[in-house]
Amino acid sequence: MDTMPDNGHVLSADSTDRPGRFGPYGGRYVPEALIAALDELDREYAAARQDPAFTAELDHLLTTYTGRPTPITEAARFGAEAAGGARVLLKREDLNHTGSHKINNVLGQALLTKRIGKPRVIAETGAGQHGVATATAAALMGLECVIYMGEEDTRRQALNVARMRLLGATVIPVTTGSRTLKDAINEALRDWVTNVATTNYVFGTVAGPHPFPTLVRDLQRVIGVEARQQVLDLTGRLPDAVAACVGGGSNAIGIFHAFIDDADVALYGFEAGGDGVATGRHAATITAGSPGVLHGARSYLLQDEMGQTIESHSISAGLDYPGVGPEHAWLKDSGRATYEPVDDADAMEAFRLLCRTEGIIPAIESSHALAGARRLGERLGPDATILVNLSGRGDKDVDTAAKWFGLMNESGEVGA
Amino acid sequence: MTTSVAFEKARAEGRAALVGYLPAGYPSVDESIAALRAMIDAGVDIVEVGLPYSDPLIDGPVIQTAVDAALRAGTTTTDVLRVVEAVAATGAPAVVMSYWNPLDRYGARAFARDLAAAGGSGVITPDLTPDADDSWVPAAREHGLDTVFLVAPSSTDERIAMTTAACRGFVYATSVMGVTGTREQVGDAAAGLVERTRATTELPVAVGLGVSNAVQATEIAAFADGVVVGSAFVRRLLDAADPAAGVASVAALAADLAGGVRER
Repeated sequence: MDTMPDNGHVLSADSTDRPGRFGPYGGRYVPEALIAALDELDREYAAARQDPAFTAELDHLLTTYTGRPTPITEAARFGAEAAGGARVLLKREDLNHTGSHKINNVLGQALLTKRIGKPRVIAETGAGQHGVATATAAALMGLECVIYMGEEDTRRQALNVARMRLLGATVIPVTTGSRTLKDAINEALRDWVTNVATTNYVFGTVAGPHPFPTLVRDLQRVIGVEARQQVLDLTGRLPDAVAACVGGGSNAIGIFHAFIDDADVALYGFEAGGDGVATGRHAATITAGSPGVLHGARSYLLQDEMGQTIESHSISAGLDYPGVGPEHAWLKDSGRATYEPVDDADAMEAFRLLCRTEGIIPAIESSHALAGARRLGERLGPDATILVNLSGRGDKDVDTAAKWFGLMNESGEVGA
Repeated sequence: MTTSVAFEKARAEGRAALVGYLPAGYPSVDESIAALRAMIDAGVDIVEVGLPYSDPLIDGPVIQTAVDAALRAGTTTTDVLRVVEAVAATGAPAVVMSYWNPLDRYGARAFARDLAAAGGSGVITPDLTPDADDSWVPAAREHGLDTVFLVAPSSTDERIAMTTAACRGFVYATSVMGVTGTREQVGDAAAGLVERTRATTELPVAVGLGVSNAVQATEIAAFADGVVVGSAFVRRLLDAADPAAGVASVAALAADLAGGVRER
């Protein structure tokens, strides 16, 4: 893996005075009981990243276990037929072991857990990809693993629940609140505050209290570092735009980060527009939210006038979250990145098109980025090169897609 | 009355103060007022008025259930201030217990101003440490409100000193590592934490999390300046056949606990 630079690219220059801050965002809004564990994680991570043995072990796993570097694939038919003739390049995070970018982060955090000496890990999951990745790393490293997943999500991502259980994890369906990712995080935090002496919280995205937004970003940064060089090697120049889907925002930060200082590369994050932002049933946090505090950090969130969190809606369980990582909030305010909503219907159309033009079934999360790339292709024209982070594969979504496209018969089976 | 006076009064009687929590708006705004007043009549010295929040990450299932119901019934921050006003009118100090985002959204200065105007004594902030944000403490000072921050068994001595330096009124020591809810045992960690906290401050130290009965109250009162009871009161409301029975049940528990802090 590339050496992981300090928290200080130009946009967070004040971070030395206020660790974990991205402009006014980020920070640590948590019960005092968790501070010692967050400090420990911060300290151990700072030491680990300077430790050649740690980085070598992580590198080795990323190469021999995960399959990095992941390739980029030129999506020529998709570009020609579905994206205004633009040159579309896919960063194939779907080809990682466990099927998404989530494994990049989890292997690093599981190694950190072992370094700290705790025997148990917990994690939240929405679509199940982070849960599967955590269960995988826990099995590999002999750690006890408990995954919190909203009951609603355990239904729509039943395949991933089975995968986690096969890997030896305990999956706890969360029945509070909206029964999705937000509530799974609440429950995981409650577990952590109770069992912090023996347990590390393997957080799945670039949200949450410091050091998670920095830690997870650094572990996902490999996506953009690889992709930037791969695009240069293939095309001889940098892409005009980079597109990624944004729920909490880990795959997006992962691919954006290496391009932040490349002023000519436009960065686009595509949020889940659900039924359409105007309907109020969406998960477009940056587009339609406002600054506040959720799950330990200041960032944009969907909230009412009293500061109560508003439930999000998306066909994609992995993007169905009313918050977003604080670094995205800062990239938005600074103008360095642009965030737009993609509604369910547009995402599913992009899903279908990628299947038919490239023979790749994408995750519904990633299909939001593909829909965004179509939009950018129309806008930028055939001379443009658009790099898309294909953050995960769609095996887990086959059931949802079959229903959406009417491939089920009346008894709910995929049949004649 | 301020919280300091309430702690003084208890100390003069040679006992710990009893602090009782209920969320505003459960089962309704008026019934939460009735229950809090009944608590005071039965011997609770200081009340905590909970501001319902959608993501109460340090609360266990009992408080979550009541708070969810209060929010579904439409309880607003303005309702919470109305509860404070009605309770403070009895003369007992009322502090608000609130997660940070609803206060941030209301505006730290506006909330401090309106809480002081309602007769509130201060705010306990379970997910706001003094070093997390620099807007709350100055706003509270300007309006003479107590700033009550939490210390935990996992806190270092340095953090305890930093926290108590920012506290006014009293310090809230969490007896165990965990979320709110009744427990069989309230942890040996509590006595040690109170001792470490006292080494840094003259302020009274109240112990909460897990205390549900008079025996536990007596146990905690032996080494702390205040005993905080929350989930056990909420449980009484959740289990009641009707709101009037709930209020009576809360009063009975309050009387029992008031006996507990006087036992020695």
